[in-house]
Amino acid sequence: MLQTTIAKIESGQRIDGEEFLCLAQQASLHQLGFLAHAVRMRLHPEPLVTYVIDRNINYTDVCMSACKFCAFFKAPEEGNGGVLTQAELAQKIAETQALGGTQILLQGGLHPDLSLEFYEDMLRFMKATGIHIHGFSPPEIVHFSKISGCSVTTVIKRLMAAGLDSIPGGGAEILSNRVRRELAPNKCDADQWIEVMATAHGLGLRTTATMMFGHIETLAERLEHLQRVRDLQDRTGGFTAFIPWSFQPDHTPLAAARAIDKTTAISYLRMLALSRIFLDNVPNIQASWVTQGPKIAQLSLFFGANDFGSTMIEENVVAAAGVRFRLSEEEIRRLVTDAGFTPRQRLMDYTLV
Amino acid sequence: MDAYIEQAGLGNILEKVKGGERLSLADGATLYRHPNILALGYLANIVRERKNGNQAFFIYNQHVNYSNICINLCKFCAFGKEKGHALAYEMTLEEVKDKVRQRLDEPISEVHIVGGLHPELPFSYYIDMLRGIKEVRPEVHIQAFTCVEIHHLAQMAGLSVEQTLRQLIDAGLGSMPGGGAEVFSPRIRQATCEKKLSGEGWIEVAKTAHRVGLKTNATMLYGHIETIEERLEHFDALRRAQDETDGFLAFIPLAFHPKNTAMAEHANTTGINDLKNIAVSRLMLDNFPHIKAYWVMIGPKMAQVALAFGADDMDGTVKEEVITHMAGAETEQALGHKTLIRLIQEAGRQPVQRDTLYNVLATY
Repeated sequence: MLQTTIAKIESGQRIDGEEFLCLAQQASLHQLGFLAHAVRMRLHPEPLVTYVIDRNINYTDVCMSACKFCAFFKAPEEGNGGVLTQAELAQKIAETQALGGTQILLQGGLHPDLSLEFYEDMLRFMKATGIHIHGFSPPEIVHFSKISGCSVTTVIKRLMAAGLDSIPGGGAEILSNRVRRELAPNKCDADQWIEVMATAHGLGLRTTATMMFGHIETLAERLEHLQRVRDLQDRTGGFTAFIPWSFQPDHTPLAAARAIDKTTAISYLRMLALSRIFLDNVPNIQASWVTQGPKIAQLSLFFGANDFGSTMIEENVVAAAGVRFRLSEEEIRRLVTDAGFTPRQRLMDYTLV
Repeated sequence: MDAYIEQAGLGNILEKVKGGERLSLADGATLYRHPNILALGYLANIVRERKNGNQAFFIYNQHVNYSNICINLCKFCAFGKEKGHALAYEMTLEEVKDKVRQRLDEPISEVHIVGGLHPELPFSYYIDMLRGIKEVRPEVHIQAFTCVEIHHLAQMAGLSVEQTLRQLIDAGLGSMPGGGAEVFSPRIRQATCEKKLSGEGWIEVAKTAHRVGLKTNATMLYGHIETIEERLEHFDALRRAQDETDGFLAFIPLAFHPKNTAMAEHANTTGINDLKNIAVSRLMLDNFPHIKAYWVMIGPKMAQVALAFGADDMDGTVKEEVITHMAGAETEQALGHKTLIRLIQEAGRQPVQRDTLYNVLATY
């Protein structure tokens, strides 16, 4: 089966779940690299590698979700979390724009007391700067829906009217309800995550999709995740990019409760390549230098990635799990050039700057 | 997968690699300049698996850097200090013995010793250090003193290199590390380490060591001002020496760490450059049994990946490494035994704990 699967991929055909599992279990690292790179070069024949200049803004660390894999949140009853003021937001945006930044990745915890109007005000305030707001992952949207009593469609429409430009693919973790019940029972389930994205796409918003792997999920559950993303993309075409990254265990309740080995570089590269091969309808795959570091991220460009993600002038969530890589735009450009590609700044929708 | 290699324009080299034919320096340049690192990895892996199968080696070792006082003060080095400098240090023999004594409860099979070229320590210091370690830990293998240090010790002792080596062997020297090779090119040595033993001198000491029965390693410091041609000439010199003596065990490409050196304007090496040096060295050094991915230099992640790009050895658990960390290496100072084994297993290789001479101590 391995040989027929390889032949299918090489001739540009879609592979099914069984073929994915065969590839994941039997293909060598070199084979996965060659295949993923061929798919990448077929989708992006020009030797460009893109990146976006942006900053993560986490408007609050107060979160009632209490996901076991998270080292960032503060439980509401602890009383030590906070919410950013408008002055803080303004300063962060001004710093971003001064560095040539085009967008803000705006995400926060599921705060028990803030109203939908608060988020609308925040968007209107931020949007006055003209910056692109890539904000509110599906768990946040579902949370806003609950606290406001409005439907997901209404919530997204109201956020769009207040300035929301696109939705990040966070909170996907593993799109399997078995995994979510165990690790993040208070968070929206896999069906809701997909529903939010389907609704957003229907309303004309572009979004990304992520996957956090390397904790308690099985290979079949990784496949379930990819299959759901691919199926939705067939329906809507609304995903611009897929971003797989590996669970960072330090300081998380999950790692405290049971021994979880940190995903190694080779396992990351294999999953990246498998994602590129399976998700034949998602145009872009991002390398995760934030979790993998600059060296492996550069190598990712030969394992299916055609995008270096963002400069992340600020990043808090992965840093809370003990991983603090930092890359300047200049350094990203050097790594891309050194790998034989041309670096190009892009916007959220992948138009070049 | 051969089709990818042919498409990449490397069919000719693939044929040579498969036939076990020696690659020319022009082949080496083609490889270094090739844009697809996957193709290089695939080719290097053919040689790697022919020589070492699916095994990936590691060692349980201890590093002792007895002194950083050095009369050479090479520009790429953040470790060496002049005598009298605030950060200069030298260990007494008792301190060296204490270091070894403190870890007697661990299954350490090798003590690895490297230091600066100290202007004053007498030859007896080195002899006594070896004897002292053997007193504390009689069964341990001592891998000590680069070719550059040996040449310096010979001068301090007023002996020939061969006589010096014989006395050190009598005192307990088991083998020599591969440091101090840098890049053999006289241009590079002139520009970065003009006081250091020449490339020819380094090779001469290594060959002498081989003739008196010592195994040694070889290194190359890459990622500074060296050209591809200079790297290939370095490989050529090593390959020719190995043809004569067959005394080299492993080749270890060393990534330059610019921080805190007199060459701090350089950037850190990239992942692609690290893997190219692993892969091309594996392909060019066809008579070297082992290529080591030294995780202290390139990080555990790259060292793991290197196991698919030509490397068959990850070095060891390495505690108290000072030289690279003074140059700003952000890697861990020690990798646990279990972590090393898991990295190797996840790479699809068989972990083999070895001794210094690559005898198998345990497999996992």
